[in-house]
Amino acid sequence: MLQGHQTWVFDSKPIITGSAAIGGPFEAQGALAKDFDLLHDDLWLGQESYEKAEKKLLEQACETAIKKAGLKKEDIQFFLSGDLINQIVPSSFTARTLAVPYLGIYGACSSCAEGLSLASLIVDAGFANHALTGTSSHNAAAEKQYRYPNEYGAQKPPTAQWTVTGAGAAVISSEGEGPRVAAATIGRVVDMGLSDPFNMGVAMAPAAVDTIEAHFRDLNADASQYDLIATGDLGRVGHNIAGDLLKKHGVKIPEEKLTDCGILMYKDDQPVFAGGSGCACAATATYGHLLNRLKRRELHKILIVATGALLSPMSYQQKETIPCVAHAVAIEI
Amino acid sequence: MLEKFIWAFIVGGAICVIGQLLMDGLKLTPAHTTCTLVVTGSVLGGFGLYDKLVKFAGAGASVPISSFGNQLVKGALQEAEKAGLIGVLTGIFEIPSAGISSAIIFGFLAALVFRPKG
Repeated sequence: MLQGHQTWVFDSKPIITGSAAIGGPFEAQGALAKDFDLLHDDLWLGQESYEKAEKKLLEQACETAIKKAGLKKEDIQFFLSGDLINQIVPSSFTARTLAVPYLGIYGACSSCAEGLSLASLIVDAGFANHALTGTSSHNAAAEKQYRYPNEYGAQKPPTAQWTVTGAGAAVISSEGEGPRVAAATIGRVVDMGLSDPFNMGVAMAPAAVDTIEAHFRDLNADASQYDLIATGDLGRVGHNIAGDLLKKHGVKIPEEKLTDCGILMYKDDQPVFAGGSGCACAATATYGHLLNRLKRRELHKILIVATGALLSPMSYQQKETIPCVAHAVAIEI
Repeated sequence: MLEKFIWAFIVGGAICVIGQLLMDGLKLTPAHTTCTLVVTGSVLGGFGLYDKLVKFAGAGASVPISSFGNQLVKGALQEAEKAGLIGVLTGIFEIPSAGISSAIIFGFLAALVFRPKG
């Protein structure tokens, strides 16, 4: 049901019956390592290319999520997935393996929340009993496509972020046990005129703030109804700016309630510049760490605000600014 | 002797500082920065200034990429004196050929041992 301008309230509260987080070697050393279902010590995953390795990560995330939901892949009626690679091939190739009716989506690093919103919508509307959503990113594949191949050794400024190597997936069902998706706010595209791809957290912060404001306005809610509000991958620099912007806009969120998956992901001594980023950042933090905390009843209601920078290597080369989007999903137990 | 080391350190470091400022301040890409230094080195070489800098600062001036620009111009001018205008074409890689060839050969050898594609 639509409430306000841009928020869907799911009356049936679709259930996340199974979820999975798969990570790479750097994530294995990170702060959330114990919340991953599977961690790889080889960045290549034994594949010939990083793109193929990313596909493998997503396949494993989907397989694990389906298994944890106690289902078989034949039970899954729709698969929604997106990633960062050109023409979202890791998603489409995973859909080829799964052989499940498939909708490819693209919201850059907001794909996790976009997929979760749409899968919940499909299940809530009664168009499916079980929908699977997934997303992935691979550090070396993303660097190669968006910036420079790692081997080139180009310098990065401290505002740069580290793309998470990993994949997250979740099965959304009409019946079963697990955390429930209560509502979703679809974000507008916000472009504040920034064009530095090494400073995407700052570019995305206004989009996150816009969506959080819209969510509270549409639901007539405030931060007191949530135990945690986690943005997707703003990193330390973007997180601070988002905090300042929220204050400026009069949105009160206590400091300890507002966090960012890009900050949560790694330990302080890991050289990740301003923090983690990539589709897998919000996806693995949510489908692993945060859902685990909900299941342990440490948290009761959370808001995931996955942020995406909608640039392409070509738009950047043509000196376009970076449009950004953020989608919010409220999950409760 | 020690003085030469110090000047090499200062001049070499100064060239790198210029490169860093081009990347951080003017937001040039690494490729643009490299090209800017090569062109600057070749212009200074054309006026005969770069060799003076090398004489003064030794490796501080001959190791940075700007020295490559100087070598290109120097090779072209030397051959032009001997063979006329065609010498500009034949001489341009004469001096830096050792650097270019070794980059290709060592690059190839490294590619045999490591995985060159990602």
